[in-house]
Amino acid sequence: MSEKTSPVVKDTFVNRLLGRVTLSGWLALAAPLLAIVFAALVTGIVLAVTGNPPLETLELMVEYGTQPRTMVLTLNSATLYYISALAVALGFRMNLFNIGVDGQYRVAAIIAAAVGGAGLPLPGWLQALVILAAAMATGALWAAIAGLLKAYRGVSEVVSTIMLNYIATSLVAYLLVNVFGVAVAGSNNIGTKPIPEESRIPGLALIPGTESKVFGLIILAALLGIAFHVLLNRTRFGFDLRTTGLNQEAAVAGGVNVKRMVVIAMVISGGIAGLAGMPQLMGSSYSYSLDFPAGLGFTGIAIALLGRNNPVGIAFAAILWGFLYNSAQILDLHDVPTEIVEIMQGITVLSVVIAYELVHRYRIAAEQRKVSKELAAAPAPEGASK
Amino acid sequence: MSVTSQALAAVKKPRKFRLTWPIVLGGVVALILLLSITRVVSGANDITSGGTMAAMLAAAVPIGLAGLGGLWSERSGVVNIGLEGMMILGTWFGAWGAVTWGPWMGILLGAIGGAIGAVLHAVATVTFGVDHVVSGVAINILGFGAAKYLAAAVFADLPGGGDTQSPRLPSPGTFSIPGIGEPLRSLEQTHIFFLSDLAGVLRGLTQNVSWFTLLAVLMVPLTWWVLWRTAFGLRLRSCGESPTAAESLGVNVYYYKYVAVIVSGVMAGLGGAFLSLVAAGIYREGQTGGRGYIGLATLIFGNYRPGGLAGGALLFGYTDSLQLRQGGTSVHALLFTLSLLVVGAAVYLLVKRHRNVPALITAVAGVLVFWLYQVTDSVPEQFTTATPYIVTLLVLALASQRLRPPAADGLPYRRGQGH
Repeated sequence: MSEKTSPVVKDTFVNRLLGRVTLSGWLALAAPLLAIVFAALVTGIVLAVTGNPPLETLELMVEYGTQPRTMVLTLNSATLYYISALAVALGFRMNLFNIGVDGQYRVAAIIAAAVGGAGLPLPGWLQALVILAAAMATGALWAAIAGLLKAYRGVSEVVSTIMLNYIATSLVAYLLVNVFGVAVAGSNNIGTKPIPEESRIPGLALIPGTESKVFGLIILAALLGIAFHVLLNRTRFGFDLRTTGLNQEAAVAGGVNVKRMVVIAMVISGGIAGLAGMPQLMGSSYSYSLDFPAGLGFTGIAIALLGRNNPVGIAFAAILWGFLYNSAQILDLHDVPTEIVEIMQGITVLSVVIAYELVHRYRIAAEQRKVSKELAAAPAPEGASK
Repeated sequence: MSVTSQALAAVKKPRKFRLTWPIVLGGVVALILLLSITRVVSGANDITSGGTMAAMLAAAVPIGLAGLGGLWSERSGVVNIGLEGMMILGTWFGAWGAVTWGPWMGILLGAIGGAIGAVLHAVATVTFGVDHVVSGVAINILGFGAAKYLAAAVFADLPGGGDTQSPRLPSPGTFSIPGIGEPLRSLEQTHIFFLSDLAGVLRGLTQNVSWFTLLAVLMVPLTWWVLWRTAFGLRLRSCGESPTAAESLGVNVYYYKYVAVIVSGVMAGLGGAFLSLVAAGIYREGQTGGRGYIGLATLIFGNYRPGGLAGGALLFGYTDSLQLRQGGTSVHALLFTLSLLVVGAAVYLLVKRHRNVPALITAVAGVLVFWLYQVTDSVPEQFTTATPYIVTLLVLALASQRLRPPAADGLPYRRGQGH
């Protein structure tokens, strides 16, 4: 750890993993690809051992996954994953591990749905904005609890956000059953009152050859990605945030109030997390009910790691995850448990992080070889005895 | 000379709080007394009943085992967020072993299942130097997916099984301390102040206790003895405090970290097997319900000591068990206990520490809690399930700053980095 690195960027594993120390050129691309191939291999072995044909299974998935309708589903899932992963990534860039995205987006979604269903006397587009704002504010507030506990009581955000996830589950169940819930017609599901039609976000016909449409809020996801990049790389705040993540002592010396940064970073991360459920809510479900997608926050963690907390990398990772999840649905018809995808995802994450580490070590070794070669070629310094 | 002795005195000054047997016993009696007062005032008889105490023990065991797993791993300097995934593997492997070869093989296989996850974690963190939290999260995803896949592949074809659950599992059996069950029960039913509560506690802890529970409880002193009373334990802990110093004294740090992480997985796997074999009697998807994480939390607020984490696990198990025993009423009664505790803390702050403002704030909080107790009759069921998590969060918020994790916990270590 005490090697000669630049004084500000500590060359630790976390910094490399989080993309704060750049991996050069083709290696940055090769590492995740190799890891994915490795994960596919292991998955194939698992399939073979449990008596399923690996190649045919893979073929089935690719064939089903490239149908237009499935591609729409893939993009839709990826939109949700992307926003959730951005929320996680923002925390990561500051060494904050926000496991609480899961609770934050669920609490935000039910409050936003309730606001949308409340029948406010507003024009449709304005109400849509109010819904989004409500979601952001709720997510931010829920995350602020963990931020404040970390800054002022020293509670590890890892543990507090996990606890807050469980509390969120109870809170959402309580709000759904006792406060906002109405019976959904024709089922024993309960949900919030549906959002009025003029506040819904219409879908986009991006993929030709199918009736299904991609969530309109995919545009919001893209905008969030750009905003993420600008905020971190083009503003004073982003600089402070990255410095705090890289080297806290340096940040303090540079006049950064770390406690304040912790709270603000958690609040922004929670605000983004609050939006994670919105494409689903405003583009498809229109109300929060018992079958609202769960577990987005945990998926977001895996995707943020895979995409190295970089908005572009996260986009690829989100699409890969969406593809795996949706294309696996066909396997049920062929008596292969769809859970094989979760094994593949787990192995992918583990092997990707190991691959990044190995690539990094390879690079260091290569540099050292280069340096020692150059030193050997140089003439011996004057006065040095042979 | 006098300077040195003064310096020594200054070093020794921070009052060293040592937990001795009289203090522990006194604390337990005080706790029962407090609950007894609450029971008499609120009429919520279930808060000290034998049934609740038995449920508390059963709920505390898996969390305590996960916490012990965390203790082993973190004492060697490896953060183990992957306990949850290892525990999930334990539930499936335990169920599979029990269905195929009987309960005791189930316990063994549960431990092995957890150890498989732990080997992965050790390879990633110790050999490859991957960040501990990241690897742990990956293990959790993997463990969850693997258990789901395996359950669908194996249990679906068994009679009584399905994609997400196993057939009924054989149980490892129970024992009771003979001759005291009936007298305690009748004493408990008289609802006498304190005596009945004591009877309830004793009955819950001595009657119909699973052998697996006994095994798990014994792990606490065993862990303490190995880690704090043997040379092996000293070396293992030195890896968590200062791996470079340990290395300079000839300790093979990688080896100790591997052993620690694998034992950690064994503990978590046992916790998982307990859930499927004893607590539920069946493997069910999502059975762990985050107990691996909660084990980690009890480890933290137990200040990385076996006794502390056992206490944390019991506290958690207690609040967890209440939801099954007239949840709304019992948790509501606990509000009264809480208000007593908070007001007690306020008096302590005022009289002993002379901190007037914090004392006032604490007192107001206590009065608020009491007011809440007065104006409500029962706590909605959704919140009784959240009680353990809220309690954990509160305890951490109050205690976090006094805790001391191992000095090199979670830091990357490469062999020879100290040179």
